[in-house]
Amino acid sequence: MSATLFDKLWDSHCIETDDDGSSLLYVDRVVMHERTGAVALDSLARRRRSVRRPEHAFCVVDHVVDTLPGRSDDTRVPGGRDFIVALRHGAASLGLRMFDVDDDDQGICHLVSAEQGIALPGLSLVCPDSHTCTLGALGVLAFGIGTSELEHALATSTLRAMRPATMRVSIAGQLRGHATAKDLALTLISTQGAGGGRGTAIEFQGEGIDAMDVEQRMTLCNMAAEFGAATAVVAPDEAVFGYVAAAPLAPKESPLPCWRALRSDPGACFDRDIGLDAARVSPQVTWGTSPEQCVGVGDPIPPPKDAAARQALDYMGLESGTPLASKPIDAAFIGSCTNARISDLRAAAQVLKGRRVASGLTAICVPGSKRVKRLAEAEGLDRVFEAAGFEWREPGCSMCFFAGGESFGTGERVITTTNRNFEGRQGPGVRSHLASPAVVAASAILGRIASPGTV
Amino acid sequence: MEAFEVHRGVAAPLLQANIDTDAIMPSREMRRVSRSGLAAGLFANWRYLDPKRRIPNPDFILNRPERTGTSILLGGPNFGCGSSREFAVWALAEFGIRVIVAPGFSPIFQKNCVANGLLPAEAPGSEIRALAAWSDRDPQRNRVTVNLRASKIEGAGAQIPFAVPQGQRRRLLRGLDDIALTDRRAAEIDAFEQERFVAQPWVRLKQSP
Ligand code: SF4
Repeated sequence: MSATLFDKLWDSHCIETDDDGSSLLYVDRVVMHERTGAVALDSLARRRRSVRRPEHAFCVVDHVVDTLPGRSDDTRVPGGRDFIVALRHGAASLGLRMFDVDDDDQGICHLVSAEQGIALPGLSLVCPDSHTCTLGALGVLAFGIGTSELEHALATSTLRAMRPATMRVSIAGQLRGHATAKDLALTLISTQGAGGGRGTAIEFQGEGIDAMDVEQRMTLCNMAAEFGAATAVVAPDEAVFGYVAAAPLAPKESPLPCWRALRSDPGACFDRDIGLDAARVSPQVTWGTSPEQCVGVGDPIPPPKDAAARQALDYMGLESGTPLASKPIDAAFIGSCTNARISDLRAAAQVLKGRRVASGLTAICVPGSKRVKRLAEAEGLDRVFEAAGFEWREPGCSMCFFAGGESFGTGERVITTTNRNFEGRQGPGVRSHLASPAVVAASAILGRIASPGTV
Repeated sequence: MEAFEVHRGVAAPLLQANIDTDAIMPSREMRRVSRSGLAAGLFANWRYLDPKRRIPNPDFILNRPERTGTSILLGGPNFGCGSSREFAVWALAEFGIRVIVAPGFSPIFQKNCVANGLLPAEAPGSEIRALAAWSDRDPQRNRVTVNLRASKIEGAGAQIPFAVPQGQRRRLLRGLDDIALTDRRAAEIDAFEQERFVAQPWVRLKQSP
């Protein structure tokens, strides 16, 4: 019987399947952040439960920790300090490795998982965050979970789950010009709808994926969360094996025969099959409050197809029929688990080099991890960003989401490399336009939404 | 956890598509390292004219006097999408919501509901709209009954079948705590793990420092 990659990953972790169809999966790694991890560790302690495999559980501060230089445990988020302190306390008393505020390897949880070798091909990993699917790009069976499931995973090393349907997304052709994995993801979501992958385990494959570097694949898998998917995977190849080999927690000798078997067999059946030609993807930008509401940067906003679209236009202060490319912006944000890896910063810096952002514009770059920040500084990217007028920050989720702390102002128009443009996601009344790092950089220079080709 | 059999209560429609967990529980409202004290933050951006000063928005459906005691939400497609935060479900539960009926849920949200004894019931949008229109006529009198054992919603003079994933249905009916349930499988877990560590020794990490 030929099996899909997802089937193989699932079956190799399935302890048993109940007659009601739910399976008990073995969890190899658990990663948590201060926002939900603190609550889970606290309630585990209250139940007098320990962590079954403390050496396989990791804590990261990223969600509410400040990203301003000189930061401490104090945050602008109301009560934020308590979450950090509680996670630290829980990690210490349960014996878990913690990537704390001042740790040299701190960063956004999904980046830390990849960089440290917590996530490796063939492992299962859970994290109380919906973008955990990012790690599927490394051939990881990765699931975002809730806090109760986190407690369950910590106490029992398992996850109870229904097997999702599988969906193959075949990417023919290769990305060209200024188009990136972010644009590919937005195109996929806009053509199929934000619920187009709902509940499925997606496998991305095809020429377009093979040609993509590992970080671009992570961007694509990250956005699978905005496509409604339960998770996403890409068959790991030599590029991935090379990417993970140097990570501190990777095995000294990579189990290559086992890793190379992590691919769908020829003729394996998927429950659903869709395709997209990467060569036809152009730089995208969202105009509404769902990632599916997006168009090519130079294209006019389409007529609203329903009440939700009208509401979105109203919130965004936009009219259909007008091109986005002329819209003045107030701020530019480069960061998040979608687009704050080293290749993202390089792409933005290439556009910014020798240029200045438009006057009066707020421009912020938040490297996704300390490791990314170090690499960028070694290459002099920090100087490029700062010379262009960008703030250069400490790693974390920062203004990817509004937690009551820092925000752009009400009604401000922000071009951002993040993954969600929901109403109020980046602050009350903030109008978020999702785009790739290069589009954000170009827009920052011109002070209006712009394609990298136009600067 | 409280077992779920039958629930009868006041319904309130929030039918728009893609109501995300940030709308249900704005991040700003998750102030304490706790699963409780969250109800006041539920739908804060919609429920209050000024969320900071807690000035109620009289137009928001859950603030309307005729919806007092609402325990059933009638939702739209892709309900609970977005962030995986379980705070959203804790806030709903603390507010008194026991059932959400929608044409579809985000998978993580659906699981979070079940973990907290809330029933996420999937029913066709047209039936939900009919139920909403009937409830609108007199919400206090036209109460909706949700019978999990029969998988039926009674209201608007009809019996509407709903779906809930098998495993989740059983857990709700039994009201069983997940960890306690899995503890019964400890031997199987240990055996599976041993086999995995032998076959793939690299999976096992050394004790953290
Ligand atoms: S960067 Fe944004 S999307 Fe990613 S984990 Fe942090 S808050 Fe979530």
